[in-house]
Amino acid sequence: MYDAPTNLETAVTQNDIKISADNVQVHYGDTHAIKDVSVEIEDKTVTAFIGPSGCGKSTFLRTLNRMNDTIDICRVTGNILLDGEDIYDPKVDPVQLRAKVGMVFQKPNPFPKSIYDNIAYGPRIHGLANSKADLDVIVEKSLRRGAIWNEVKDRLHAPGTGLSGGQQQRLCIARAVATEPEVLLMDEPCSALDPIATAQVEELIDELRKSYSVVIVTHSMQQAARVSQKTAFFHLGNLVEYDDTSKIFTNPKDERTESYITGRIG
Amino acid sequence: MSDATMESTVPAAPKSSLHRTDARTRKRHAAEKRFKAYGIGAIAIGLFFLVVLTVSIIRSGLPAFTQTVVSVEFTMTQEQFDAAEGQLFKTKAYSAAFNEALVSTLREKGLEVETDAAAFERILGKTGGTLREYYRANPEALGEEVDFELSASSRVDGYMNGRVTRDSMEDSRFLEAADLDIVDALIDAGIIKETFNWNFITGADSGVDNPGGAGIGAAVVGSFFMMLVVLCLSLPIGVAASIYLEEFAPQNKFTDLIEVNISNLAAVPSIVFGILGLAVFIQFMHLPQSAPLVGGLVLTLMTLPTIIISTRASLKAVPPSIRDAALGLGASRMQAVFHHVLPLAMPGILTGTIIGLAQALGETAPLLLIGMVGFVARGYPEGFIAGFTDPNSAMPAQIYTWAARADVGFYEKAWGGIIILLIFLLTMNILAVILRRRFERRW
Amino acid sequence: MISAAPFSFLNSTITLGVRMPLSWLVLIVFALAAVGYFLGRSRALAGAGGNSRDLHSLPSYYGANVLMKIIVPAFGIMVIWLLAQPLIIDRTVASMIPASEIDEGASIGLVMAEVNRTAEGIRNAVADGTMSREMAEDGRADVAEFTQRLKDAGQIVTSNLSGTVILAAQRTNELVASGTLLMTILVLAVSAAGLAWGVVETKPLFRARNVVERGIRALLIAAASIAILTTIGIILSLVFNTVEFFRLYNAWDFLFGVEWAPSFSGRGGSSSLGVIPLLWGTFYISIVALAVAIPVGLFAAIYLSEYASPKVRAFAKPMLEILAGIPTIVYGLFALLTVGPLLVDIFGEGGWLGVNWQGGGRAVMTAGIVMGIMLIPFVSSLSDDIINAVPQSLRDGSYGLGATRSETIRQVIIPAALPGIVGAILLAASRAIGETMIVVLGAGAAARLSLNPFEAMTTVTAKIVSQLTGDSDFASPEALVAFALGMTLFILTLCLNVVALYIVRKYREQYD
Repeated sequence: MYDAPTNLETAVTQNDIKISADNVQVHYGDTHAIKDVSVEIEDKTVTAFIGPSGCGKSTFLRTLNRMNDTIDICRVTGNILLDGEDIYDPKVDPVQLRAKVGMVFQKPNPFPKSIYDNIAYGPRIHGLANSKADLDVIVEKSLRRGAIWNEVKDRLHAPGTGLSGGQQQRLCIARAVATEPEVLLMDEPCSALDPIATAQVEELIDELRKSYSVVIVTHSMQQAARVSQKTAFFHLGNLVEYDDTSKIFTNPKDERTESYITGRIG
Repeated sequence: MSDATMESTVPAAPKSSLHRTDARTRKRHAAEKRFKAYGIGAIAIGLFFLVVLTVSIIRSGLPAFTQTVVSVEFTMTQEQFDAAEGQLFKTKAYSAAFNEALVSTLREKGLEVETDAAAFERILGKTGGTLREYYRANPEALGEEVDFELSASSRVDGYMNGRVTRDSMEDSRFLEAADLDIVDALIDAGIIKETFNWNFITGADSGVDNPGGAGIGAAVVGSFFMMLVVLCLSLPIGVAASIYLEEFAPQNKFTDLIEVNISNLAAVPSIVFGILGLAVFIQFMHLPQSAPLVGGLVLTLMTLPTIIISTRASLKAVPPSIRDAALGLGASRMQAVFHHVLPLAMPGILTGTIIGLAQALGETAPLLLIGMVGFVARGYPEGFIAGFTDPNSAMPAQIYTWAARADVGFYEKAWGGIIILLIFLLTMNILAVILRRRFERRW
Repeated sequence: MISAAPFSFLNSTITLGVRMPLSWLVLIVFALAAVGYFLGRSRALAGAGGNSRDLHSLPSYYGANVLMKIIVPAFGIMVIWLLAQPLIIDRTVASMIPASEIDEGASIGLVMAEVNRTAEGIRNAVADGTMSREMAEDGRADVAEFTQRLKDAGQIVTSNLSGTVILAAQRTNELVASGTLLMTILVLAVSAAGLAWGVVETKPLFRARNVVERGIRALLIAAASIAILTTIGIILSLVFNTVEFFRLYNAWDFLFGVEWAPSFSGRGGSSSLGVIPLLWGTFYISIVALAVAIPVGLFAAIYLSEYASPKVRAFAKPMLEILAGIPTIVYGLFALLTVGPLLVDIFGEGGWLGVNWQGGGRAVMTAGIVMGIMLIPFVSSLSDDIINAVPQSLRDGSYGLGATRSETIRQVIIPAALPGIVGAILLAASRAIGETMIVVLGAGAAARLSLNPFEAMTTVTAKIVSQLTGDSDFASPEALVAFALGMTLFILTLCLNVVALYIVRKYREQYD
């Protein structure tokens, strides 16, 4: 469907398809929130969802790990395949799915527990550690991946809520990483952070790309341009355009995309 | 960022299919189901208790609303009347005449029972007095056939509604096993029947040995006067206090003190308010004991915190833009509050007040201490002001009095009283709900 | 009108003549106020030549200003006078009574109670004509004849009224009469002065609205201060009587005595009034109640807030709250007549379990279980509020990591809500400790220090009721002990409430 990369400088390489969505529709009660969206998300790539507020990008993100299941009135139809397996198959357990597809939220939401327990929470419930020593290793590894180890290693048992906003968000990323997911979904992870913290988190996202498929929803086109290799533009519940980030921002095919990135709609 | 680069190798995540649930996940889901079952169990237990409570109230209370009456057509001639009046024990003669009539009625219907005067007295109580009173008041009825409905004793009443059975009863001066044969015969003859007991609703309390004649009417009146006091005091005071705290009070120590006091008073045990009432209103101010006025004052103090808390919530719900609009037109703050904010908050205030009143209506403990218990309210107050100052009982106090009496016949009355009390409470709460539904405004 | 009623109306016994003055006085003040209102209003309008635009305030404010100046001082004086008069009279009369009049072991309070009773008796006797006014006021009346007259009038009088008591009673009536007269004159004078002041002050440029609003504001503050006055009233009535009690009974014996056995004969040193067995009963019953209410209430709240569909919630929540709206007397009766006998059927002699643990229906278990039922909605609705205050983002975070609902609840929501839940439980405990009707009817009357929950025990609240509803005199230690018990109860619940309210407030601030 997509052309093989011809220009190595853009650092875009064709990776395996991790998630493939086909004709996805989402209804909230009577509202048709997502209309017929089909998209293929690649492994080891940062994919950005952009679009004006209320365009459905966050809703679509939440269908990818079935977070919408927690909302009673929400109905999803269509196919979403993760590694070729339908995640809305009745046999699929959302609990197992979410262990594979982790999520980071808009507002940092550390649990009112210690930093250590925040990280250990996922591994504990999923039974990833056999001993205290195992768990210690996982916690350290996750905090390092979350690029926050150096800042918190001396106070692992202090409450996670006592950290600064940027630290809290990196803690939440580390917490999501600790369950060893294959995909990381991020719902506007920097919107509550100051510019310095944002830069740190963006740098971290770029690191995470080496190990995971990362999907990020963002308001900021600059951010999408900075961190992502692929970009999808949503408008009024439709997926308008999906392509390499460089193409979207330099040579959009659709008029609406062009209007959005030039600031005429939004 | 060096942290992340140090660890760049991908963990060898075991590829597992989403379509197979592993053992651990199954175990976790079992735990989930158990946990959810605890929740359902808790709700079920709560509802079960509610059902048991309702059933036992209704089952034990309904008999209080019926009474067993013996209905006999009886003629007394002028000669019998003169003869009876000529005797020393006049009422006894009346009873004897009546019993004779009763036996002959039974005989007409082909029922033969052994009777004696004492047995009739155990079943019907002292009928002579009633008859004599009637004929002395209505001499023209002499010689005419009169249909008398006399209430049976409370034991017979218990036999009729299953409280007293042949197996469970023991012979006593109140009832003997042989009497039940007579009662059965009277039932067969259609002489004994159940009627609605109006006296229970309209009557006053009876003495300790007459459960059958006890009524809750006087206590309802007592409660009414008490609620009148509570309404007239707690609504204006509560609204005034809330307006001050919500609209005018500056942020200072005094305001804090008031707020702390209100929230603490809301949680002080009601019996402590009873002690306050006893010490301040009765010992110190020498107000009369057992008076609805004092009960009302105590309950006012007790309900005020509730009313203030709910009134403040309704005032807070009126958006500041309303106040700004009024102030912008040159109204004073006082005018803005009284002309605009208060009318808008009124439905909420009234709802809170009704709920507060309902709470006060069912409160018993403080009334025990100001002497509204154990008092036998034999009649209605004589006038409107006397309604506040004359000793009286109140519904919950009356129920307690009956529950504390030795004769089990009163238990039935206590349950019946509870039904009446709950009907009042239900009505008030429904009224509050309607008010809220009807006038509630969403800003 | 005033002289026709020489006696106190405070003791508003039912004769018409006695009650007249107060209601008449009130009516007169109101009439004056109405006159003042119209005078003020019309004077203001007249001053402005009938053009209300020339006035500083609306005409009705001028009227209200005059009205306020009549009513507020008049009723202020009336209320203060009515509160102070009995105190002053009591003190004056008490000084008339020589120490020899006071029986061994009794206090001046006992004698004063008799004096007041006699004074009231005399008033009633005069009112229904059994006693002439001359005799009522005659200080040298024959004691025996006087007593007999009172008895004839149906007044409850001790068989042997002493001359001193009669004299004191007569003096009381005299003082009440003159005090009332004085008050009436003063109140009328003050209202007239208020009328004059208000009317004179009424001029077009007078800022009537500001003055009236300041007055209303003062009224609002006064209404808000009633909360403080109530607390002060509670504390004073408890403290005074408790001190009185400790004068008659050793405080140490009360606080640490392990036996509760008031003598029925009234006063006398034979009573043991130790609070420990009562406290034990209170705590034991409360613990049983909380053991029922906490698990059921907490799980109900968790289910309602985390699992239940909106329909189930809309049904089950109000249903459970019905339990909270039922008066405690109903629960008391339920304990006495339903649960008690049921428990005996299960645990009693020849019961379903055949264990013969429970002798009678009244027991710790009976009261505890029923109180637990009462507290279920209290715990559940408080916990429900608190659990709902936990931010949704924490739930999302946990679900996003692949946690199940129960794991989220147990490991994230409950720990986050814990302070609030602890607060709710403390409030429930305070409710349990202060609950009266259920224990009065369901727990029994015997004070025991026992571990057996199937035995009857009694509580602080139940004993407050029984000590104050008997026939014993208010001045005897057996009755006064109730105030010391009330003090104990008040301090206990106050501490629990303050701690609980503080915790809950801190908790709410955390998530606001």
